[in-house]
Amino acid sequence: MSTSRLVNGVEVASHYRDANHQYQSNKEGLWLFMVTEILMFGGLFVGYIIFHGIYPEMFAEGARSLDWKMGFINTLVLIFSSFTMALGIYFIQVKQNKKATIALAVTIACGFVFMLIKYLEYTHKFHLGLYPGRMLHMHEGAPEHANLGMYFGFYYCMTGLHGIHVMIGMGLIGWVMIKNMRGDFNEKYFTPVEGVGIFWHIVDLIWIFLFPLLYLVG
Amino acid sequence: MNWLIVMNKLLLAKSAVAGTFMPVQATEISKQVDNLYGFLVVVSFVSCAILIGGMIYFAVKYKRKTQNDKTAYITHDTRLEVLWSVIPLIVFLLVFAWGWIIYHDMRTMPTNALEIQVTGKQWAWSVDYKNGVKASEVVVPVNRDVKLILASDDVIHSFYVPSFRIKQDAVPGRYTALWFRAEKLGEFHVFCTEYCGTSHSRMLTKLRVVSQADFDKWLTEESDVSGLPLAQRGAKIFQTRACASCHSVDSPVVKVGPSLKARWGTPLNVEDGTTGVFDENYVRESVMLPQQKIAKGFPKPSPMPSFQGQLSEAEMIALIEYIKGLN
Amino acid sequence: MGHVSTGKSYINEEPGLKSWFTSLDHKRIAILYFVAVMTFFLIGGIMALLLRLELFSPNTAGSVMEHIPNFLRKAGDTPADLYNQVMTYHGAMMVFMVIVPGIPAIFGNFFLPLQIGAKDVAFPRLNLLSWYVFMAGAALAVSTFFFSKIDTGWTFYTPYSIRSGTSVVMMVVAAFIMGMSSILTGLNFIVTVHKLRAPGMTMWRMPLFCWAIYSTAIIQVLATPILAITLLLLAMERTFGVGIFDPKLGGDPVLFQHFFWFYSHPAVYIMILPAMGIISELITTYSKKTIFGYTAIAYSSIGIAAVSFFVWGHHLFVSGQSEVAGIVFSFLTMLVGVPTAIKMFNWLATLYKGSIEFRAPLLYALGFLFLFAIGGMTGVILAVTAVDVHFHDTYFVVAHFHYVMVGGTLMAIMGGLFHWFPKIFGKMHSETGAIMSWVFIFIGFNVTFFPQFILGAKGMPRRYFDYIPEYEQLNKISTVGSWLIATGFIIALITVIKGLTSGAKAPKNPWGSKTLEWHAESPPIMHNFEQDPIVTAGPYEYK
Repeated sequence: MSTSRLVNGVEVASHYRDANHQYQSNKEGLWLFMVTEILMFGGLFVGYIIFHGIYPEMFAEGARSLDWKMGFINTLVLIFSSFTMALGIYFIQVKQNKKATIALAVTIACGFVFMLIKYLEYTHKFHLGLYPGRMLHMHEGAPEHANLGMYFGFYYCMTGLHGIHVMIGMGLIGWVMIKNMRGDFNEKYFTPVEGVGIFWHIVDLIWIFLFPLLYLVG
Repeated sequence: MNWLIVMNKLLLAKSAVAGTFMPVQATEISKQVDNLYGFLVVVSFVSCAILIGGMIYFAVKYKRKTQNDKTAYITHDTRLEVLWSVIPLIVFLLVFAWGWIIYHDMRTMPTNALEIQVTGKQWAWSVDYKNGVKASEVVVPVNRDVKLILASDDVIHSFYVPSFRIKQDAVPGRYTALWFRAEKLGEFHVFCTEYCGTSHSRMLTKLRVVSQADFDKWLTEESDVSGLPLAQRGAKIFQTRACASCHSVDSPVVKVGPSLKARWGTPLNVEDGTTGVFDENYVRESVMLPQQKIAKGFPKPSPMPSFQGQLSEAEMIALIEYIKGLN
Repeated sequence: MGHVSTGKSYINEEPGLKSWFTSLDHKRIAILYFVAVMTFFLIGGIMALLLRLELFSPNTAGSVMEHIPNFLRKAGDTPADLYNQVMTYHGAMMVFMVIVPGIPAIFGNFFLPLQIGAKDVAFPRLNLLSWYVFMAGAALAVSTFFFSKIDTGWTFYTPYSIRSGTSVVMMVVAAFIMGMSSILTGLNFIVTVHKLRAPGMTMWRMPLFCWAIYSTAIIQVLATPILAITLLLLAMERTFGVGIFDPKLGGDPVLFQHFFWFYSHPAVYIMILPAMGIISELITTYSKKTIFGYTAIAYSSIGIAAVSFFVWGHHLFVSGQSEVAGIVFSFLTMLVGVPTAIKMFNWLATLYKGSIEFRAPLLYALGFLFLFAIGGMTGVILAVTAVDVHFHDTYFVVAHFHYVMVGGTLMAIMGGLFHWFPKIFGKMHSETGAIMSWVFIFIGFNVTFFPQFILGAKGMPRRYFDYIPEYEQLNKISTVGSWLIATGFIIALITVIKGLTSGAKAPKNPWGSKTLEWHAESPPIMHNFEQDPIVTAGPYEYK
């Protein structure tokens, strides 16, 4: 049912006893959703590890064509953004909502930087003709391994899926930032911010696995 | 001695059940599999009898008599529960181990076996012998270990001989193998059991078990086809290349591709609207480049595989001669 | 007792059709699922009849498929192609659109909150969203009908699914979307069970149906993401040729089978566990007796859910996987048999010294025990490596999983429907109609599928459009059986419609059941209970 009531300035849906009950339930739902996200990427990791085992040289060739410096900068950017995200939640808890807005804005900005670097990397690859699968068509020279397209299949699939998550995350952070500016949150009620925060940390965590797998191993 | 009689009856029931439903036992392994299967059927029958019989008995005996019936308040009984957890577990482990032993035999390839290469292709099996003989059915000598090395040209197929109780997938990009030792002479069905598209259900062939002498004779005869008249050679190619699985030759019935019965020299409607005549060049083009001129009313792209580079000119001529003769 | 009903219920509290499609009430959402799933069941069922009709005789005298109207077929499709398409749709629809969502989304949605004394599920908005996501996926799946169909079988095995010239990508995306719906529903139920139980309703006082739905939800949440990624990779493979599953590009087609069954085997338990939950409810109610071995049944649900993740390889005994893998998977599969046996014996023991009332739901439950005993034992037969080599991909397997999925799940759905009909709709259905439907479905089912065990033993492979003449007799019997089943379902449909239109008003608790949902009005009001329930005892206290 959609009817809700206000308890101490917090909107509580009628099927919950109180704000804390609702908060705990929402949090559990979020964590379960995160589990499914991790499992989904987990399936990709398993595929990657299996084929890395079969074609180690081909994967090494693929990894060489990536610029680890770009990936490393992106890793730093995301870790920093996780920090500012956590800061945002902290500021709401201590009633400094203005500062929280700034922290969230910085987080979104980090997301933009990440996507910008990703964009530069992608266009560079496209420029060289490094497309996934059978579309791989190098402009200069030929690949050393005939099935190099598989590496880029994994590369685009994993980073692409992750990139989509980053963009969704940015949208969600934007949403809670606007809500925060409208004054929807207070030290008792900030569940959406915390939920989006958990999502953002998981997206960050997945990147921390992706970076060494794609850029460094090989 | 009562239990001996019961055991005896059970064994009889077991072999009766196994004998009724399973195909002919043509190998030693098929007998072992049937024994295990028979045991499983008896165990299943007994446990179903306990469950279903018990259910019917209770249902009748404890049928509601009045609206105010009082029922026993029994929440659980640990001894019973342990019993019906442990007994099934023991039975399951027993049949697991028994199955393992036979499975191990099935999967351990004998040394010094006669090796035959079998390749699956949509929708026929092609069989290659070491001396170069190519056939569309498997011919093997009786009482000799035979190892089939399976491969596939396109999608996954599965080679299944019910009478031998053996089955193995033919996976593209790798080799798999199975072995058997046929003990009965005769012809046995071979089915494809992995779904492979349009004519999956027609991807059938025969496995013929013959005496060693007949086998040797067959092998030499088959390797000597070049002496045959052109049309007969064509018929042979038509058979070994499994053209018959898609094209009928004795009636106008359409299988997958057009029927070739009385087709020679007749006018032709191509799917793009052009017309022509069913002649030497059309047949050649259709075999080599099947996507070029698809007859009207047939699927596009055509499921017909290209035989470019697979048929020699001499073979092509023989094939055309054979099709001419179908009028 | 002396309470006077206001006549208000979840059905009439908010008027208008639009209010149904925007309702956040778990009961209304359950009804939405009910209508959708039953529609898909009807389509899938008609396809099954068509398949059986084709197999009535060997394909020498022409094919039934030739009578499929032109607007539903692509130029150039041979009867064999049409058969393969119908076979694929029958499987895919029945699995992804009927049996997987069936019990959890219909009965789970309706009764899980009621049985634990909650006002709703934890996330009502998400619940409605799940329905829309499900419908979007289903619409996409059905729409492939009008493009180029799909002919890969519901298992999408590579490399056939990479090469087949049909709408594989669209179907795979549809399954992906329906998978998301399944995840969201599962997630919702887990949190509901953890957080929304009424005061006094401990985990160990929950009805066994809730335990079953809870175990199912765990599998849904843990297994479905793997299906999602598998299907995504397959779509990538077809679009870009990345070569993960394509042997021509250095990929491994058998890896797809591993990925696929890693989801789809647990999915089998998504289909059967909730059915087992319903059976526990029916048997206690109609024998008016407390369940035997409550804890054992609850634990066995969790046990089945746990082991189900480690048995997928038993679908690959002849795929070329190593002998060791075959042995390990065979062993683990045997372990699933134990909790299943425990459940069966516990239900049997519940009947002992009960007061058994022969109503349609009980007949359906007994029918379940009968069919599931056969389905379960043949499952053990198939788990034995050496024997499976013979039976793999034959009609023996077809018969086995229909005994489990149809004989099990569908019998439970029907039993649950007639058990809860008065609660859901507030009206009484005709008992005679319900019993007649059972007679036809039960007999028809055995006539249809028992001969298929024999066909399989004789070696007839599955997914065959045509067969050799020696299989004809048994196929004929099987086809006749399918007509009996259809008759049974028509009778059931008439019974339901008559009950809805002219049934007498249902009392609160017509069957004398003990679980909480029967304390609510029939049909329940919007917030389920007039007064928040406080639970002081277990679910089946027939003292």
